[in-house]
Amino acid sequence: MTNAQDYDLECTNLMKHFGAVRAVDDVSFNIPKGSFFSILGPSGCGKTTLMRMIAGFENPTAGDIHIKGNSVLNTPPNKRNVKMVFQHLALFPMMNVYDNIAYGLKCNGASASEIKTKVRDVLERIALPDVAKREIHQLSGGQKQRIAIARCMVLDPDVLLLDEPLGALDLKLREAMKIELKLLQHQFNTTFIYITHDQSEALVMSDHVAIMNNGKFEQIGRPEDLYHKPDTAFVAGFVGDSNRWNGNVIAMDDKQIKVETDTGLAMVCKRNPNDGLSDGDAVNIFVRPEFIAAKKTRTKSSKDTKNTMDGTVDSILFNGANSRVLVRSDNGQLIEADIVVTGGASDLRSGDAVNMSWAHAQTMCFADKGEFDAK
Amino acid sequence: MQSDIKRLSLILLFAPFALWIVLLIILPHLGMVVLSLREKVAPRVYEFGFGNYIDFINEPIYWNTLLRTGSMSILVTILALLIGFPIAYYIAKIAGRRSRGALFLLCLIPLWVSDLIRAFGWILLLRETGVFSSFLQWSGMVSEPIEFLYNDITVVMGLVYTVILFMIVPLVSTLDGMDDAMVEAGYNLGGNGFTVLRRIIVPYAMPGIVSGCIVVFMMTAGSYLTPILLGGKNSSWFTEQIYDQFITRFNWESGAAFGFLLLAFTSLVVWLGLKLSGQTLANTVAKS
Repeated sequence: MTNAQDYDLECTNLMKHFGAVRAVDDVSFNIPKGSFFSILGPSGCGKTTLMRMIAGFENPTAGDIHIKGNSVLNTPPNKRNVKMVFQHLALFPMMNVYDNIAYGLKCNGASASEIKTKVRDVLERIALPDVAKREIHQLSGGQKQRIAIARCMVLDPDVLLLDEPLGALDLKLREAMKIELKLLQHQFNTTFIYITHDQSEALVMSDHVAIMNNGKFEQIGRPEDLYHKPDTAFVAGFVGDSNRWNGNVIAMDDKQIKVETDTGLAMVCKRNPNDGLSDGDAVNIFVRPEFIAAKKTRTKSSKDTKNTMDGTVDSILFNGANSRVLVRSDNGQLIEADIVVTGGASDLRSGDAVNMSWAHAQTMCFADKGEFDAK
Repeated sequence: MQSDIKRLSLILLFAPFALWIVLLIILPHLGMVVLSLREKVAPRVYEFGFGNYIDFINEPIYWNTLLRTGSMSILVTILALLIGFPIAYYIAKIAGRRSRGALFLLCLIPLWVSDLIRAFGWILLLRETGVFSSFLQWSGMVSEPIEFLYNDITVVMGLVYTVILFMIVPLVSTLDGMDDAMVEAGYNLGGNGFTVLRRIIVPYAMPGIVSGCIVVFMMTAGSYLTPILLGGKNSSWFTEQIYDQFITRFNWESGAAFGFLLLAFTSLVVWLGLKLSGQTLANTVAKS
């Protein structure tokens, strides 16, 4: 493969079937050296199976995995230089911190003095130099987390896999660990592959994110691209919050699509090149709450670059800077919009009549594949 | 008022247990201590003294029997552990959720039949005119009947069969609590199968191993039926000596002393085992 040395991990046409279930279905991706790559998807989308194949605990049905340019399909898990931080960390409770970190080095046959220096170094790098003699149950949640990472990093792996390691932590600690993980990744300069169903974890920490659904990658890209330029309806619905309508195409040109929603509302959407849509197709339309401006005044917007809608304030969802308003539109649908709540007299109140508007360019439109029918 | 009721209910709840311990365990043992410290000087004349214990030390056949019982019990314990560990590991970690219950039940079923009946089952199979011997003659492999009973191998095998369940149960319950991810982490960090077993699975299962070993050792050393029925007169099991003193020779004083010597000896072995494995009673037997 060309430029094989630039990638720490390459997966080509990877498949894993369990009976008739396609847990991982024809997934290909490359991860550049030293980057933070996240695989984001709902529970049961196959992300854990994918990771277990990379670690060697499952054998792929088809496809190939290259680490640093070499295929590892015939390498048993204990010989792969891919280390893993487990969901519940799987620290060894019968050993103290030092022995936990030294375990891998001992397996590799390192000398006692080498083990001593390496363990001390790695503990310093994770800023826990004094815990070597402590038992695992004496550590706090965040410390356990860092020891689990240190236990892998001391072996200098080509790729570090992290399987939702923040899931067991409380909210405050989780926020702090997100930043810390990112810093640790920079410091060790190792490729991290982070598996999660929590989009904020993926978006905050990653250089690149892959969105996985039903065993396939829907889109791989930088976090801001996934958020602002989703390729599919699933990505638009899964990443970030959005208001969604179902509708049909009534007219289109190169740049814009005119659609009518099922509730009879006409909207103009930005056109995605290569979306393959034609007149009459069923579509899903998405608008992010932060692009909807909700104003008290019922003056129709004169500009024709905006979609507009009238409604009544149903409730205010106050959450500091992230406050939202729920507006019931005149045809009965609830729409979320970001607002600023200043505490002054101009704030929206429940029952106020409002006019909402948003730019055509912020209205995303995708072919309806039936993903949202059940809801 | 409230605290009086609390105290009363505590006393009532505690009473059956306390009565059981005091009346059926502590009092009889105190009686045995007193009995074992009486020396017979003339018919129906007794004196306080350690004569019964001194007799034990002076007669090699007594302490040889005790040592033999102890070492064979240790052998039985080791065999039960070696055979029971893979079975427990299979039940707890490898078998599917549904077959796990069935397998566990299969291990339990033999317990529904009394020791005596099971020992007679072995006798039917192994005696000179039994199933094995007849089969070997019928198939022409041997020309005359073979006696499989009344040797040490049969005794050890019979004992392992009787006690192995008490090894499997605590092992299954400890191994059940082990996260599969721990074993995977052991491999992931570079360990091979042997390293993972030695450094992760066995240390994790240590409380179960120790408590299983203690139970099995105590049961084996104190067992009477199996060694007598399968080993016959040659079995020289220490419990047989105690029985002889009490029933055949009607020497209760000496029998009581032997009983205490057996208790002291097995306790010593268990204590040594705990010291060597670095475990305590509190985190092994009390846990599982």
